[in-house]
This record gives sequence, structure tokens and C-alpha cells, in this order.
Amino acid sequence: MSTATALPASPDAAPRRRGSRLSPPLLIAFALGAFLVLSAVRALTGGNDLTSSGTIAAGLSAAVPIGLAGLGGLWAERAGVVNIGLEGMMILGTWGCAYLGWDHGPWAGLLFGTLLGAAGGLVHAVATVTFGVDHIISGVAINIIAPGLALYLTKVTFAHYPGGGQKQSPPIDDAGSITLPFSHWLHTVEDKHWFAVSDLAGVLGGLVTRLSLVTLLAALVVLASAWILWRTAFGLRLRSCGEAPYAAESLGVNVYKYKYIAVIVSGALAGLGGAALAIAAHQFRDGQTGGRGFIGLAALIFGNWRPGALAAGAGLFGYTDAIQLRSSSAVHPLLLLMAIALVLVAIWQWRTGQRAIAVVAVVIAVLAVLWYVDTDRVPDELVGTTPYVVTILVLALASQRLRMPKADGKVYRRGEET
Amino acid sequence: MSAPGRVGIAGRLRQRYPLRSVLLGLAAPIGAILFALLASSVILSLGGHSPSNVFSTMLKQAERPTSFVDMVNQAMVYYLSAVAVSIGFRMNLFNIGVEGQYSLAAFGAAYVGGQLTGGGPFHVVIEVLVAMLVGAAWAGIAGLLKVTRGVSEVISTIMLNAIAVGLGSYLLHKLGKSSGNNIQTKPITGSGQVAGLSYSGTQAKIFGFLFVAIAVGVAYWFITGRTRFGFRIKATGLNEQAAVASGVNVKRMTLVAMLMSGAVAGLVGLPELLGQTHTFSQTAQSGLGFAGIAIALLGRNSPVGMALAAVLWSFLGKSANQLDFIGVPREIAAIMQGVILLSVVIAYELVRRYRLVLQQKDVAAQLAATPPPAPTNQAVTA
Repeated sequence: MSTATALPASPDAAPRRRGSRLSPPLLIAFALGAFLVLSAVRALTGGNDLTSSGTIAAGLSAAVPIGLAGLGGLWAERAGVVNIGLEGMMILGTWGCAYLGWDHGPWAGLLFGTLLGAAGGLVHAVATVTFGVDHIISGVAINIIAPGLALYLTKVTFAHYPGGGQKQSPPIDDAGSITLPFSHWLHTVEDKHWFAVSDLAGVLGGLVTRLSLVTLLAALVVLASAWILWRTAFGLRLRSCGEAPYAAESLGVNVYKYKYIAVIVSGALAGLGGAALAIAAHQFRDGQTGGRGFIGLAALIFGNWRPGALAAGAGLFGYTDAIQLRSSSAVHPLLLLMAIALVLVAIWQWRTGQRAIAVVAVVIAVLAVLWYVDTDRVPDELVGTTPYVVTILVLALASQRLRMPKADGKVYRRGEET
Repeated sequence: MSAPGRVGIAGRLRQRYPLRSVLLGLAAPIGAILFALLASSVILSLGGHSPSNVFSTMLKQAERPTSFVDMVNQAMVYYLSAVAVSIGFRMNLFNIGVEGQYSLAAFGAAYVGGQLTGGGPFHVVIEVLVAMLVGAAWAGIAGLLKVTRGVSEVISTIMLNAIAVGLGSYLLHKLGKSSGNNIQTKPITGSGQVAGLSYSGTQAKIFGFLFVAIAVGVAYWFITGRTRFGFRIKATGLNEQAAVASGVNVKRMTLVAMLMSGAVAGLVGLPELLGQTHTFSQTAQSGLGFAGIAIALLGRNSPVGMALAAVLWSFLGKSANQLDFIGVPREIAAIMQGVILLSVVIAYELVRRYRLVLQQKDVAAQLAATPPPAPTNQAVTA
């Protein structure tokens, strides 16, 4: 993830205002600092699950569908089409994966899920690009159709298959995984609970033990997307459609074509995310996506419309998801972490002259600390809202650093610049 | 095109323009519904079901008194949700958050209403006020973020919806009581309930909230169409710069529109809560906010149009329940709803473009009909 974070070297990073983007060394220092704080909180509070290999592994697999959905959003929005329909396209992906996956194996399922997601993307492209319908409306419609269609199809297909039901598919096989040879050694170190060292072993152990091939595939897709969008002429043209479509048009770029490609790829990636979810759960179930398409959207915004940071956001959201499932008491220390992050934000905002925001951030940080002191655990119901709260905080407290594609969400008609 | 004899035709065209306009206006929704029927027929046929059998079963179901009452009740809920969404639409605000606003509001009303005993008519008034306040407050977060930090309301309301789910279930566990394997708030008693209207041929009652829904529709029509405030909202939505130039405080209007939208959204859960369940639990209806978006779009933000759209939506949803008995998955209704929504917005767009083409033709015809260039005319256009 860290390699991808450093990748986009900003051919498009608009006129640089105060504070350009973080340089790689600074990012590494930042990640190291975050890791040390996490280790310290783990050591102080005894919440060993915070950095256990189990949590990291679970977080990684939870992050995959979120990251792929977010990446789908990235493709579409970089070409200027907002895709709220990610959730619906993911649902098509889960169903498609199960439809072929249960008897032809998980890879056939992944492929078909991706194709169905792409079909959802095609519908969105036809509505938004050809017919110029508002992007949000088309997305809402897709989110209404997809779950209905998936459940309808489930009832006419899976319900008659062995092991299937009215709301679920027959089981799907696992896609296989790899374990690096030295991982048992990491587990030994992890169990010592030494400060920082065991934490590092836990994180590494989680990354290399029974690493699903689907996760590897997702990582490759992130790298490939970053490379295609930021390192090729094709990507430059695609992004130009999201920044200044009429300028692109005047340079001979076929904006419609690039938007179509971007939205179809967007659907395909969301479908792949859905398929990954189905494979991880070993079947299709009604309501399985549980809003992950929207969390993907949140990761996209958190990541400032960039692949590396998006992957980091997906990792963060997947991590909170996993930690809640593994041990809800381990979530409690996260309140402290949040408070520390907020204080850092406050200091940064104060220094850039945004005093009011700094004060708001400190107030929220104080509330988080009070909450931490006053309670023993965070209620499970609220832990699930972490990605959304984090996104709102990022939007509210750091929005001057966020920059979405300039023509994002605007309807484009060839030759009709106003 | 420069034949001088075209005057008569152009004149007659202009006379016929209103009719043409009406026909074009109807073409979009009717075309969309026909397309949805076609699409769902294809899907049904592929699944091995007879479309005509399915549609006649749905129509027959609608005629039964019990399901008729059910449909009216559902339609009024949809209508409230649609009005809430359309208040935002008027100002180019996309309140996707009706979903979260009404669920928290319904919880608040149920909790406060359950704590109170007696109070006569004020009991219901308090419940309604609490619901509107909670709805407005939740929407107000998105409004504040928009005006102070420029955060898109689409994104913030999506996030707030998800937070509302967690927060609502947390509050329910903390403040509610378990009954059986369900957790619910303390039931609202006596004066806090709203009596229903009887309908011949069934025990089921039409929610008394029907009158509130109608009143909201009338108020919506009056405020948006007949007051300066409504005009300002519309003006801001149509052309923000022009509105600013004419002295509209856009930030304030954005916040007010968001609060109003949220307040109406707060009412969405009440017909069922005060008229039937009298308690809030996890089984409360969800998805009403998204239905409201679809209905507001289908009815084009018009008070009457949205009412018709709400009835259509409710008919599709409720009459499909019968389909399970003839072995057809009822989800076909959701597919039809979504296809109607998508095709209706496409149809509106096509009709809009077609109208532009027609207007251009009219103008061209008129220009061709006017006597060859008087020099003064050219000076004006130049």
C-alpha cells in the first residue's frame, strides 16, 4: 500500500497552494509515527488484538471489497462521472460470482461477477453519458434495481439448486491462499507482546499468513489502476475528461468514449469487489454487501481521489471492521487514537490559520477522551459507523486538502460548452 | 424553408402548442411505464413466468379492500418522503439523507411519546414536534457542513444515513425494553395515538395521518408556488448567481431548505408509528427515503404529480406481495420500480431535448415567414 501511496507524482495537482502533497519520506515518517502510537496504545491498554496477526489478516480481507469498490469510484469520478451505484453493481457482482462460482470454481465466479458489475456500469454509462441524466439519480435507480434483480434471480435459480435457498446460493469454494515460510517465526515473536517488535511481527504475520489470492489480485488491480491512470497517455486523457471535458474535446479526445470506458471499468471493479465478498463468505446471501459500496465511496473521498490513499482508507475501514468483529473491547483504545489524530489535525489547522476548525477538532478530541475515560467499551452498534464518522470528520476538518476532479458529476454534452 | 406561404402553418402550430406541450409532458411518464412493463415482461418470461398472469394478479390484488387500505397507507408515507426530498430538489440540494432523518425522528417521537401519559391533544403535537426537530437537526448537520465547509450534501447525507443506523440501534438498545426477541420503545398509549379511518369491507384502518400528509402537500404547494420564500428557493436552484445578485442569502437559504426538508422527513415514520405500531423497533420500515427520491423525480416535484407517483409506487410494492402465492418472486416489483425511475428520467431528458428541437424549428419557421431582412432587424441582432 505504501508503494502505491507514493506513486501518483501529480501531473495534475493543480496550482500548488500552501503545503503541497506529502513527500515519500514524510509519508514513511508519518506511517512509522502512527505505528509507534498504535504500539504504545496497545502496550498501555493491553488491547493485544489491536495489532495481532489475526486482526490484521481479517482487516486485510475486509478491506478488499471496500478498496475495489472505492477504486471503481475512482475510475468513474476521474472521468467525471459520479457513481453512487457502486453498491448496486457490487450486489450484481456477488450474485454473478455465486452463479458460476458454485459449480465452476471461484475464478469463473470472479470473472462472471466482474462482468455483471461491468453490465451495471454500462447501464450507468448509457444513462449518464449518452442520455445526460443526473449521475446521482441514475446511481440511485441502479441501487434500487440491483438488489431486486439479484433476489429475483436467486429465487428463480439458487432456490432450486442443491444447498441453495430463497435468499442464498450454494456454497462456493475458496480461491486459495499462500503462506510465506517464515510466518510461524513471526507468530512466536508476536506472542511475546514486546513493545513495537511484537506489533511489527503481528502486522507482518497478518500480511503473509494465509494471504488470499483474491487479496493479491486486488493489490495488483490497485497498482495497475494507479499506473494506467497516472502513467499512460490513456490515463491522462481519461482524467482530462474529469477535469476539463471541453478542453479535452478541443484537443481531439473522444470524451464520450473515455467516459464509457471509465464507467464500465468502474462497474467491473465494483463487481469484482462484490465477487471477492462472496468468495470470502463462501456464498451469495441477500443483503451481503451491507453498504460496502458506500464505504468504498467514503474511502475514495478519504483518499482524496487517489489510488494509494484510497487503499490506505480502505485498509483503515477494513481494520475497524475486523477489530470490532474480533474483540469489541479492543475498539475502546481506538478512541484514544482518534483523539491523538484529532489533536494533530488541530495543530496543523491552527498553523495554517484555520483557528475555528482547530478549536472544533480539539473539542471533539476532548469529547473522545472523556468518552474513553468514562466507559469500558464502545457499543458494537457505534463501532460499525467508524468509516462514516471518519469520513465526515475528514470532510469537515480537512476539506481544504481535498480536491475532487473539477468536472466531477457535471453532465457533459459534446460541443455544448456553456 | 424560405417559402412565404408558411405563415399559416406556423400560426397554427403555435395555436396547437399547448396541446403538444401536454402530450409531450405525458409522453415521458407513460413511455417510462410502458418500457418498465416491457422490461419486466422480458425478465418474467426468461424466468418462465407468464407476464399477463402476473400483471392481472397484481391488479386483482389491488381491488381487495384490505390491500387497498394498505396501499393508501403506504402511499401517504411515500408522499411525505417525496415532499421532503423535493424541498431540497427545488434548491438543487440532494437530500439522500431522508432515510436516516426519518428513522431517528421516529425513534425520538416513539421514545418521548412513550414517556408521556395524558396531555390530551398536546401529546400528539409534542410527538410530531419532536419528530420534526430530530429530522431537522440530523439534516441540519449536512446543511451546516455544506454552508461552512462546502461539503457536498450528497456525500454527507449518505454518511449520516449509515451513522443513523448505528446510532438508532444503539439508542434502542440503551433506552428500549426487550419484548420477546425484539427490542422496542415503551408503547405510546391513549392520547398519543392517532385514530384511523374505517373503510368498508375490511378491519384495516386508513391512518389518520392522511390529513397531515394532505396538509403537508397543500403547504408545500403554497410555500413553493405562492410565497416570496418559495420563489427565492426556486431562484437559487435555477441560477445561483442571479439569486445572489437579487439579494438572496444563499447560505442561509441552503440551511433553511435543508432544515425544512429534514423536518418533513421527520414525519415519514409517524403515520405507521402513531396509527398502528405505537412503538419503535428494529422491524420499522426502511428504504422509504430512497423511495421518496424516486417518487419526487417521477412526480417532477409537483405536489399532485408526486401524489400520483406515490400511489403508483405503493401499488407496485403492495400488489406484488400476492405474487409469492403464484410462485413468482415479488422482487419483480422492485425491478419495475427501478426501471420506471431510470427510464422516466431518461424520457424526461429526451422530451426536453425534443422540445428544444421543436422550439428551434418554430423559431426558424417564424423567421423564414417574416418578410426578408429589414436592415433595422439585423442591427438589433448583430
